[in-house]
Amino acid sequence: MSKDKLMKIAVKVNGVLREAQVEPRTTLVDFLRDTLLLTGTHIGCEHGVCSVLLDGDPVRSCCMFAVQADALSVTTVEGLAPERGQLSKIQDAFCEKHALQCGYCTPGMLIACHALVARNPHPDEAAIREAISGNLCRCTGYQQIVDAVKHATAPKDGSHG
Amino acid sequence: MKAAAFDYVRAESLPQSLELLAQHGGDAKLLAGGQSLVPMMAMRLLRPALLVDIHRLVELKAIRRDAKTVTIGAGVRQRTLEDDAELPAQLPLVVKALRWVGHAQTRNRGTLGGSLVHADPSAELPLAALVLDATLRLSSHGGSGRSVKTAEFFLGPMLSATAETECLTAIEWPVWQGKGVGAAFDEVAIRHGDFALASACAQAQVDGGGICRRLSFGAGGVDGVPRAFPQIAQGLVGKRLEQGIARDAAVQAAKTCDPGNDPHASAEYRRHLATVLIERVLLEAAQSAADSARSAT
Repeated sequence: MSKDKLMKIAVKVNGVLREAQVEPRTTLVDFLRDTLLLTGTHIGCEHGVCSVLLDGDPVRSCCMFAVQADALSVTTVEGLAPERGQLSKIQDAFCEKHALQCGYCTPGMLIACHALVARNPHPDEAAIREAISGNLCRCTGYQQIVDAVKHATAPKDGSHG
Repeated sequence: MKAAAFDYVRAESLPQSLELLAQHGGDAKLLAGGQSLVPMMAMRLLRPALLVDIHRLVELKAIRRDAKTVTIGAGVRQRTLEDDAELPAQLPLVVKALRWVGHAQTRNRGTLGGSLVHADPSAELPLAALVLDATLRLSSHGGSGRSVKTAEFFLGPMLSATAETECLTAIEWPVWQGKGVGAAFDEVAIRHGDFALASACAQAQVDGGGICRRLSFGAGGVDGVPRAFPQIAQGLVGKRLEQGIARDAAVQAAKTCDPGNDPHASAEYRRHLATVLIERVLLEAAQSAADSARSAT
């Protein structure tokens, strides 16, 4: 095998099957950003900003190669809203509660929070803080992010919705 | 920085992986969760010519249990163990350790076997395996496989007894029999989820009168390998684990450690941390064991 051999992969990204030829050493985040031009996922080591959902679970897309995602399903921040032009409940709550300032950490925070809520629809503060513990934010001091998740997930009018 | 170019094969079976390792010797590396290997390749600390991806091999993902042993496949993800409903009763120390391993994002990829083979002296799962005296099963192409006790497995920082052509396939964890078993894990890191400056853990069994009947404890980040202190632990059996006794044992254990100096912490500070953390986990494990003994009666 030659070192520059390209490999064919097929990854379902935000619900759409995307096929491409990649070098094995291409990280998943570079594949998303440079090949698919989905630049919502950011790069920043030890920062959590590159988080994506892989088959529904949050992972760091810089710590895996795109070839490892072959035949799996990836959701990026671009795929969190139900429809183009809309916001998910949590995205809306981030706006409502000022959970972002510079926005660099936001894609990773949103992925971590969406993953949390998928497993635990009404998380308490400790669960929220644990879920975002792998993500750094230098602007908000985290409190508004915690507030946003609480706001988005609080049972409303006594009903769970 | 990005990884140097390499060839990639997604293994379809364990025998195929072992054959590729045998063919390529030290030029090939097994890729499991990649949470240590991929960053090390990105920093070009490692430049394997071939990666053999074993992450999807079902042979490495089984969890088998009998009354005395839980055998966990090396490829089981840390997150899977975290979610396992039976593990808290069977291996309480492992469950306590997992809380400190990285973050949700890394535990979703990282595997049990990957953490053990990586052999970071400050990592939690190697320490838990050592303290619980786990047995590691290694396979190689054409061989019948061998078993290694954790005490002989960790040889130095990032160095385990795994040969270049071997694959860690499963880890056998002894289940402590009887009631009144409790565990504790504690560590100090610059940020939660970072590598520990120092860590300590203990598993204890106490009788209805609060007397220690069985004890194992250890410390991480304070030597080139994770450390367990079986002789000191044996000396505490038959006693009530109280503050003075726990403190003395912690001081004695920490004296035998040989921590390094680095920009994050001096050797002296790490030894201090080890003393404090060992005392703390001994008391916590004893308390947890006593609570468990009470609730079982």
